[in-house]
Amino acid sequence: MEKRVTFKGWLLPLLLLLPQVIITAVFFFYPAGQAIYQSLFIPDPFGLSMRFVGLGNFEFLLSDPYYRASFVTTAVFSILVTVVSMGAALYLAVLADRLIKGSGTYRTLLIWPYAVAPAVAGVLWMFMFNTRVGVVSWYLGLLGYDWNHVLNEGEAMGLVVVASAWGRVSYNFLFFLAGLQAIPRSVIEAAAIDGAHFWTRFRTIVFPLLSPTTFFLLVVNIVYAFFETFGVIHTITAGGPQQATTILVYKVYADGFVGQDLGSSAAQSVILLLVVGLLTIIQFKFIERRVHY
Amino acid sequence: MAKLPDSGMVERRGAGLWITHAGLILGVLVIFFPIWLAFVASTVSQPEIVRPPMPLLPGDQFLENYRKALVSGINAPVALMLLNSAIMAIGISLGKIVISLLSAFAIVYFRFPGRRLFFWLIFLTLMLPVEVRIVPTYEVVAGFGMLNSYSGLIFPLIASATATFLFRQFFMTVPDELAEAARVDGARPMRFFWDILLPMSRTNIAALFVILFIYGWNQYLWPLLITTDPSMNTIVMGIKQMFPSGDDVADWPVIMATSILAMLPPVIIVVSMQKLFIRGLVDSEK
Amino acid sequence: MATLTLTSVKKSFGPTEVIHGVDIDIAEGEFIVIVGPSGCGKSTLLRMVAGLETVSGGTIAIDGRTVNDVEPMDRDIAMVFQNYALYPHMSVFENMAYGLKIAKTPKAEIDARVAVAAKMLQLEPYLQRKPRELSGGQRQRVAMGRAIVRKPSVFLFDEPLSNLDAKLRVQMRLEIKALQKELGITSLYVTHDQVEAMTLADRMIVMNAGRADQIGTPLDVYENPATEFVAGFIGSPATNFFSPSAAFGRAPTVARIGVRPEHAQLAAPGQGRAQGKLLFAEALGAETLLHIRLNTGEMFTLRQDGTAPVPVEGADCGIDWPAERELDFDAEGRRLP
Repeated sequence: MEKRVTFKGWLLPLLLLLPQVIITAVFFFYPAGQAIYQSLFIPDPFGLSMRFVGLGNFEFLLSDPYYRASFVTTAVFSILVTVVSMGAALYLAVLADRLIKGSGTYRTLLIWPYAVAPAVAGVLWMFMFNTRVGVVSWYLGLLGYDWNHVLNEGEAMGLVVVASAWGRVSYNFLFFLAGLQAIPRSVIEAAAIDGAHFWTRFRTIVFPLLSPTTFFLLVVNIVYAFFETFGVIHTITAGGPQQATTILVYKVYADGFVGQDLGSSAAQSVILLLVVGLLTIIQFKFIERRVHY
Repeated sequence: MAKLPDSGMVERRGAGLWITHAGLILGVLVIFFPIWLAFVASTVSQPEIVRPPMPLLPGDQFLENYRKALVSGINAPVALMLLNSAIMAIGISLGKIVISLLSAFAIVYFRFPGRRLFFWLIFLTLMLPVEVRIVPTYEVVAGFGMLNSYSGLIFPLIASATATFLFRQFFMTVPDELAEAARVDGARPMRFFWDILLPMSRTNIAALFVILFIYGWNQYLWPLLITTDPSMNTIVMGIKQMFPSGDDVADWPVIMATSILAMLPPVIIVVSMQKLFIRGLVDSEK
Repeated sequence: MATLTLTSVKKSFGPTEVIHGVDIDIAEGEFIVIVGPSGCGKSTLLRMVAGLETVSGGTIAIDGRTVNDVEPMDRDIAMVFQNYALYPHMSVFENMAYGLKIAKTPKAEIDARVAVAAKMLQLEPYLQRKPRELSGGQRQRVAMGRAIVRKPSVFLFDEPLSNLDAKLRVQMRLEIKALQKELGITSLYVTHDQVEAMTLADRMIVMNAGRADQIGTPLDVYENPATEFVAGFIGSPATNFFSPSAAFGRAPTVARIGVRPEHAQLAAPGQGRAQGKLLFAEALGAETLLHIRLNTGEMFTLRQDGTAPVPVEGADCGIDWPAERELDFDAEGRRLP
């Protein structure tokens, strides 16, 4: 798609582009290039010089059980966050869609967790489940369940998943509700007249018609779980216990800033770049499809 | 008229309606519970929290806790952290909007050598969060001496094309005839941009501002890396810094008051500008 | 006021030439309408005059000055767009004043000129409204007003009435004509509607596939169409075309014969210049349209007075027309004398 009308000249448009180009070059392309460059070197133990190792950092990473474990952790974490937040959101959206009046009110009540930063969400959930003062963990104790996400890996994962999914419910709810409301009433009414009950209608008509929204949310939520949940992990578990909640983005930080292993951290950045690139391509393909849908 | 299989085809009536409401209210309560608990914790005293279970209804320490947080905080006064967050969030939103408007205008309304190249260079950045390239970006910022500075907080987070993409999409929908009419009226490019395009983009700009403000305000990792000086901490990253290291007991009421303060500005913006927010959200994901 | 001269004006988009050389001399104060089907290049031609499209060949001159490379704003023209192109965020007043403001016209003069135009167009009560608060006809007037206040030497109209409903279109057509007469500004008007063209034009240009098939006064074009295309495009109901075999005694060069429905009359079966069978008749009140299938299988529409007797459907009938009304065309569609 191109404009029919354009203005003449080349200097003005270049000047207009300049701010974005400079900022992108300095804070995006240069660092990304640096990451690729550094990923090919190992600094000597005194940090005085760099030794070229080719793909050595990558080979080491891919054979490193901790890094492989982090991949698995990230996959499990992302899938759980996506399923939990989308499931809860779909449940609420289907209910709200059944109301003619009042769905707006529920929308207002449900959207604001979106505005809560992942790091703040982490603090709130950590407080509820705190082993010393947490209300929920205390009541669980009364029921005879000894909650301790500081030591128990499964509980730690569960807590970061729920805390990450929590704020995301709002977002998914908005899109699901919009998707549901876009389904023509007449289609559902026709199915009702055909004798389909609620669950049959949902399974055979509503859910298939909702699939563009669902697929879109799937990609967006995975991206969120991959890259934007650092705050949750850092505030609740700091990657522990025994790295059970160390997702890839957290590991880049932990190895690069805490461990000062620049070569490895850079190689991890490059791998993440590839992952992001892949997800972007998927999303772009999807956007194209959505345009034609 | 034949009786339909169930009354929920358009709207549930009677008992069904109440079940629907009950389901929604349950969801709302679950979603709200963590925030309610944080609010309660921010209104009671430390002893009430450290002897579990803590109360589930607000106490009388509201003013005391919030005053303590705002004025003295733990490492730095929270009032100062709020200011830092506001400057960062507004800086990121305005910065992104300004550079994106300019570059989208250049890309849509001009033909010049290298246009496609610039287009793709900018759009390569579309989805790459700062989290992925933290170490080298940190080195760049450190090299410029921008650690512990507002420019260090703001500039690296402006380098993304989402807003450019959005404005490009919007400019494409502006009828060609408007630009032609402006040309016939004697408007040169910048005049057209300023007099016609910018006023027409007001709603989009506002919607984007809401989204970007929340994005900026909620940044965590980046401020964590580059603000080592507590007086430069933003509130979202500052909360974690309030926890003592080791086994000391955290000052929960002050921390929770800070958490509430940290979520208040974005929540107010989302709820009060709900229409713009939803529009921005839908636009920016298109 | 000015003259406008187009000399073998051509336009290509890439390798495709869409306008193949148009020549016309427009006198001061003349109202010229370019008419043709969509895709014939009429809008492109107008946009070249406006300076919104580059000229690929030939010259465009306003008042003797070649303007091929002059920016739209410096051509001393004003344009009314098909969808009006009003600035949505500006009031009616601001829309009309915008060009003057850019030209740094003194405030008092802007006010005065807008006031005059608003009075002329009955827009005075709406000056503070935004375009979205106006009806289609009012928006149309604002677009006109925006053109008028600039006191240009040439008015350009790009299908200005096509977004209005039929009734309003007739009314605005009369207003445009009256306004142009009053202001006496040279005007170039593009439309696909032949009725608009016939009623508005001092002279009209009938365009077909990038060429000006004919330039002339509306009546001249109607009476003496230069090509088969013009004969078919101008006039309603459309001219009947049929092969010479339907009639007798034509020169071998005649490939097609054209007869306007209003120039033919019924004759007794076996009489007249052609024979056919009445398929059905449409009685429209003042007139009746008879749809006749000629013996050659071709269709012929005949228009007669609403009071004239109508044969029963299926009846054989003859068709006659005055020899001087017959339009003969060669194989290329050119008119034969």
